[in-house]
Amino acid sequence: MSAAESAIALRDRILAGEASAAAVCRALFTSIQAHDGRVHAFQSLMEDRAIARAEAIDRDPSRFRGAALAGLPVALKDNIATRGHVTTAGSRVLESFAPPYDAHVVEQLEAAGAVVIGKTTLDEFAMGSSTDHSAFGPAHNPWALDRTPGGSSGGSAAAVAARFAPLALGSDTGGSIRQPAALCGVVGMKPTYGRVSRFGLFAFASSLDQIGPFARRVRDAAALLQAISGRDPRDATSAGAPPIAWTPDTTMPRGTRIGVPRAHLREGVHDDVSAAFEAALEPLRKAGAVIVDSELPSPSAAIATYYLIATAEASSNLARYDGVRFGRRAGPQPADTGALDTMYARTRTEGFGQEVKRRIMLGTYALSAGYYDAYYLQALKVRALIRREFDRAFASADIIAMPTSPTPAFELGARIADPLEMYLADVFTVGASLAGLPGISVPCGFTAAPPRLPIGLQLIGKPWDEAGVLAAAESYERATAWWQDAPAGF
Amino acid sequence: MPPRITRDEAARIAALAKLDMADHELDRAARELESILGYFDVIARVDTTGTEPAATMAGPPPLRADAPLPSLAPADTFANAPDADTAAGLFRVPRVLGS
Repeated sequence: MSAAESAIALRDRILAGEASAAAVCRALFTSIQAHDGRVHAFQSLMEDRAIARAEAIDRDPSRFRGAALAGLPVALKDNIATRGHVTTAGSRVLESFAPPYDAHVVEQLEAAGAVVIGKTTLDEFAMGSSTDHSAFGPAHNPWALDRTPGGSSGGSAAAVAARFAPLALGSDTGGSIRQPAALCGVVGMKPTYGRVSRFGLFAFASSLDQIGPFARRVRDAAALLQAISGRDPRDATSAGAPPIAWTPDTTMPRGTRIGVPRAHLREGVHDDVSAAFEAALEPLRKAGAVIVDSELPSPSAAIATYYLIATAEASSNLARYDGVRFGRRAGPQPADTGALDTMYARTRTEGFGQEVKRRIMLGTYALSAGYYDAYYLQALKVRALIRREFDRAFASADIIAMPTSPTPAFELGARIADPLEMYLADVFTVGASLAGLPGISVPCGFTAAPPRLPIGLQLIGKPWDEAGVLAAAESYERATAWWQDAPAGF
Repeated sequence: MPPRITRDEAARIAALAKLDMADHELDRAARELESILGYFDVIARVDTTGTEPAATMAGPPPLRADAPLPSLAPADTFANAPDADTAAGLFRVPRVLGS
């Protein structure tokens, strides 16, 4: 595929018998073998399975007519279950865990004719904003290899940026799709909570986790999201919402009101991010948008609310890693009493990394007797207020725009020692997560000084209005050329 | 007021979370928790009087008929177990009772 060709255009050529799915796949594996040693976008590859499937598509493309992703290679974040293929979630505790089933999204991808090529690097259990917290080593940003690709879905973002895969899936709990998309200069979208089934997604914070797409073009992210959306009885929170009414011809209606929360953009935002964000409003205006002021919840309250709820849910969800039914079990030590409780603690202590333990401790504290009301319950109430404030903002705006990340990609390792500083990377993304809203990040520029690092524009919509968000993003993409830039050497 | 987290308090939390920590790790955990909770104190100042807590943004879960559905096959269920007696259909664990 040429650098500028969209994935859906490639799909059309594969279906017409003008391009070979297997040849596309082989070319990607050649590139991955040559370059992923530097990037570490992939935790594992599924080369044989992918080539066999691509060859099956090539043998009779007519069987896949109407399949939205026919022959298109897709990389999956390694917290999405693939039957029989080790899925680690970036954790030692699952280093040899081969799930007994496919995630719902994997079934949907295969039904849509996609070819799953491998599993991508993430922060352990998706807890992080940099991939520094992967137990198997971080991924690197293709634009500057000493920098983070963002996190936690950093491997998926890096894989798309490095042209290792035209499409990828990640999961977003507090920004884990949008932030790495911004830092890697690609498109990434978190859908409305309930749009995509979480069946087979390893749970971090169940009331926030959503799977979503990465791509270079808005239209490709949309096609991927449409393919994985829909009700699945195996996830009681997946909703039977009407499908996303969007085609590649859908653009933003003139007069669309785009709200900007000015009050929150004055402090703590990198100068180049501010400049790129301001400049991004102009093409939106030219495309027919009306820019209005919006009031949104305070970002620091949103961060605190998010981290209390997410860690409380995580401390409960991660109780399943006890060395009994699956995953690693620690062996007995000479001084052990040899009892069950000792095995649990030893397994968890050996199996989890520093950040996961920190979050389990924080969540356990927030849920423990004497602190539950002050922390967890209060956070749930503030969450209700945050949703109300978004609802109010949407009374005078159709879309809300802000930077995706307050800074461009920071250096790997730079924030490990200061967990709070790492948490602040999510300051502009956690709001939409808490309120369950759809949000997209699209490339909107680069830093002025070298190294040339991508910057992302975030567009947030009303619940279930993915179509409106995608239309605004499509209009922005058509008016700009940022998406055409590629990192050197890939 | 953000809480003061002592080593004993950190030890209580670690025990609840089933994590083993040496004294120096407990001290570090206490310091980190205190600093993070200090920052999170911002939500204590939010007036939430009369606000219902929102545990989820999902609507009420759809109901289904209470009918048996197929579940994981026994061989798949035990395939990833660290220690299992597949024939007997059991996960094996260390002694539960007694010291």
